[in-house]
Amino acid sequence: MNQQSVDAGWEVVIGLEIHAQLATRSKIFSSSPTAYGAAPNSQANLVDLGYPGVLPVLNREAVRMAVKFGLATGSTIARRSVFARKNYFYPDLPKGYQISQYELPIVAKGALDILLEDGSIKTIGITRAHLEEDAGKSTHEGLGAASGIDLNRAGTPLLEIVSEPDLRGAKEAVAYLKKIHTLVRYLEICDGNMQEGSFRCDANVSVRRFGAELGTRCEIKNVNSFRYVEKAINYEVVRQIDVLEGGGKIVQETRLYDSAKDETRPMRSKEEANDYRYFPDPDLLPVELAEDFIETVRATLPELPDEKADRFCSAYGLSRYDALVLTSGRDLADYYESVVRAAGGIPAAKLAANWVMGDFSGALNRDNLEVATARVSTDLLAGLLARIQDDTISGKIAKEVFESMWADGASADAVIEAKGLKQITDTGAIEAAIEAVMAANPGQLAEYRSGKDRLFGFFVGQTMKATAGKANPAQLNDLLKRMLAP
Amino acid sequence: MSLHTLSVAELSAGLARKDYSAVELTQHFLDRISLSNPVLNAYVTITAERALADARAADASRAAGTAGVLTGIPVAQKDIFCTDGIRTTCGSRMLDNFVAPYDSTVVERLSAAGTVLLGKTNMDEFAMGSSNETSWYGPVRNPWDHSKVPGGSSGGSAAVVAARLAPVATGTDTGGSIRQPAALVGISGIKPTYGRVSRYGMIAFASSLDQAGIMAPSAADCALFLQTIAGFDPRDSTSVERPVADYAAELTTPVKGLRIGIVKEFFERGLEGPTGALVNAVLEQYRALGAELVEVSCPSLPLSVPTYYVVAPAECSSNLSRFDGVRFGHRCENPRDLMDLYKRSRGEGFGAEVKRRIMTGTYVLSAGYYDAYYLKAQKVRSLITAEFKAAFTKVDLLIGPTSPTPAFDLGAKVDDPITMYLNDIYTIGANLAGLPAMSIPCGFDGHLPVGVQLIGPHFGESRLLSAAHAYQSVTDFHRRIPAAYV
Repeated sequence: MNQQSVDAGWEVVIGLEIHAQLATRSKIFSSSPTAYGAAPNSQANLVDLGYPGVLPVLNREAVRMAVKFGLATGSTIARRSVFARKNYFYPDLPKGYQISQYELPIVAKGALDILLEDGSIKTIGITRAHLEEDAGKSTHEGLGAASGIDLNRAGTPLLEIVSEPDLRGAKEAVAYLKKIHTLVRYLEICDGNMQEGSFRCDANVSVRRFGAELGTRCEIKNVNSFRYVEKAINYEVVRQIDVLEGGGKIVQETRLYDSAKDETRPMRSKEEANDYRYFPDPDLLPVELAEDFIETVRATLPELPDEKADRFCSAYGLSRYDALVLTSGRDLADYYESVVRAAGGIPAAKLAANWVMGDFSGALNRDNLEVATARVSTDLLAGLLARIQDDTISGKIAKEVFESMWADGASADAVIEAKGLKQITDTGAIEAAIEAVMAANPGQLAEYRSGKDRLFGFFVGQTMKATAGKANPAQLNDLLKRMLAP
Repeated sequence: MSLHTLSVAELSAGLARKDYSAVELTQHFLDRISLSNPVLNAYVTITAERALADARAADASRAAGTAGVLTGIPVAQKDIFCTDGIRTTCGSRMLDNFVAPYDSTVVERLSAAGTVLLGKTNMDEFAMGSSNETSWYGPVRNPWDHSKVPGGSSGGSAAVVAARLAPVATGTDTGGSIRQPAALVGISGIKPTYGRVSRYGMIAFASSLDQAGIMAPSAADCALFLQTIAGFDPRDSTSVERPVADYAAELTTPVKGLRIGIVKEFFERGLEGPTGALVNAVLEQYRALGAELVEVSCPSLPLSVPTYYVVAPAECSSNLSRFDGVRFGHRCENPRDLMDLYKRSRGEGFGAEVKRRIMTGTYVLSAGYYDAYYLKAQKVRSLITAEFKAAFTKVDLLIGPTSPTPAFDLGAKVDDPITMYLNDIYTIGANLAGLPAMSIPCGFDGHLPVGVQLIGPHFGESRLLSAAHAYQSVTDFHRRIPAAYV
């Protein structure tokens, strides 16, 4: 398995099918709740169970969310879309068919810009996005030879977002996936939780010689983390190239990614594939959307991630990278902006960006918390930044103060006061400390004065140590330079 | 007093005058049922206890002054309507053990109106058949001649009304399943406009064609019951949100000036015999009543049978997928694996006609055949609908025969499905176009009753009923009762 073969004239072609679970309270065709983690089959009513005689009734909220997505991606919103039945037998599919959209999806022909590693922007086409219901789950744990069926998830609304085969490698695929992930959370139409399966994706991967016709593709099913998507695609690309270079042919098939072994394996081949016998669902009327409904939805669109990032660059003078990181989640962006406002506006913007992206995000990750449950409020963080800006503490001491604030929710001032971390800005005190260090280290002093400049750092360190890190670093630097001079 | 010979309005008046109680009335019918059902095989389930409880509740309601027109009137439900706590078989071994945990809308509305549930009536399996011979519970006998079929699929409902084992019964009509049996047993039967009566809780055969209706001796009886079951139901997306006319009040609208269209295609072939003569006599009767008779043409109508036998099986092949032995219904003994469970449960649970239609439907929806069959059939369906629509710009109602022949011998057509399918030649058009239609008795061919069919424009139920009522005001065919059941 080598990277060289990827470079040796092969082009990778990827299209993604993303399933975003829509954040409706009830299911797409029934009144059952959609909450995750309930006892098996406790959230499945007669409609979800496919009982004889029951009928589906479309959840308007799911339609509204799909339209919201369509508008946010510049897609065409179908004024008339049609639900179709996809017929196949499986125990977790109670009716023997899945209600989906086939020929006439609600959203089509959109696009999304992604930022490539080289800093350029690439537009990825969105072929379509359609509404459908999720299936249930088969479970085998603790049931011996038997299988159990949990239909809580059956009927959960999904928006299947299908991209054009515009992605040219695992990194682009992940960038696109992350972009959609950010977008659906901005739009508040999906919680984006990949572990719980509310956001998952299938990748269609093929390779070809540059300029050649599209190669035969394989579909990698249900990969549930960004990292695995990248690894699965990379594995699959190398596998396909190896097959082709060995004179073999790619078989069109569905493959499953095994993260433990980091490999993809065939799930079912096209020969065994179902003929789904799609036809319009006679139990549901076509979805007809009026212009004013679409405009009502448009009015609810929030500032989109790209718009926000642009504004962060221009209004706060942030780099493109910082702006993208800070706008990767709506809650993080909102947090950042609150901090900036509380810390005195534009002059604090860059410092606030460093802190929100650095220590703050680090602490969230470490403690597995969300912005909403962060232990340091925007006002408290702004208070800390104020103390850095007015030279009460150094940036280094601030990190210590932040950890204390995070641990017990105290204000920066309280922590600084209690721990005596106030920065020493009294020139006399710093001079005294420097004199003591010089007196204690005559050898180093002599060497420095004879030209060994790199010992400067030694004196900085020793003086900082002597002041318990509280000396104002800039002042210390200036004083040291003057006093050490021969 | 022969309570079973009274109309619904007369029974209602008698109950109001306290000539008899609902319990007495109910007991009268239960006695007739226990005497005659063993021969007719028209009820699959007799709900005597429930009936008497309903009747007591009706009497209490009457005493409390809260009774409505239908309070205390007994009714038989076709065994396709789910009844909470009472077995609903749909005439199939598949559902021999099935007890629905809910009431269908039709059952719910009739219960709310204070009617008394006598039992569930026999029917062709999953409503697929025109002779009631495909029922797992055996054929129903025609009360006029026990060697003849009662028609189907609502053969049980037809027979219980004809033999006066119930004053009224519900039916469903997908291709003629109310009208053809009504004609073959000499009663009135109305299939309303598609969407007029909720399909919720009615086990689906072909969702885009299925419609519930009423079978009773007279149009006046039908009007009173249709009034109760008609109306919008948010649980059925295809039910129409539109006010229900006051059928009883409009029943006496005169026929004078009514333009009745004689559908040319209905009279072209195979109508030379007694049925043709009787239907022609009806035309004369209407002319005498002051109606204007106009010949109209629906040239695509002869294609309705092949069209129907593509669309209906296609939908049924999908609708019946839920019967898989997993959650309810018949399950085979000791399945070896999932596929064995599916194959044997369905193989054992479904009868030959149901299997034939599932196979046909699966075929016409298959990749490569969809366009040639399903799509083409939908186009013809649109054509037929348009032709009817055009006809209704010229006339108020259409008229034609209901069935090409009177009741035929039990067993005569069971081995010849095509001949059996041709029974529906006059009735299917109204289903394909979603039009309201009704059959009323118009005379006898020998000792067997013959029916005439009236077809109205969408939501023209009131006009249909008043036209039927006008005819019944000057004839007494609807009052005839087979000698053995007087």
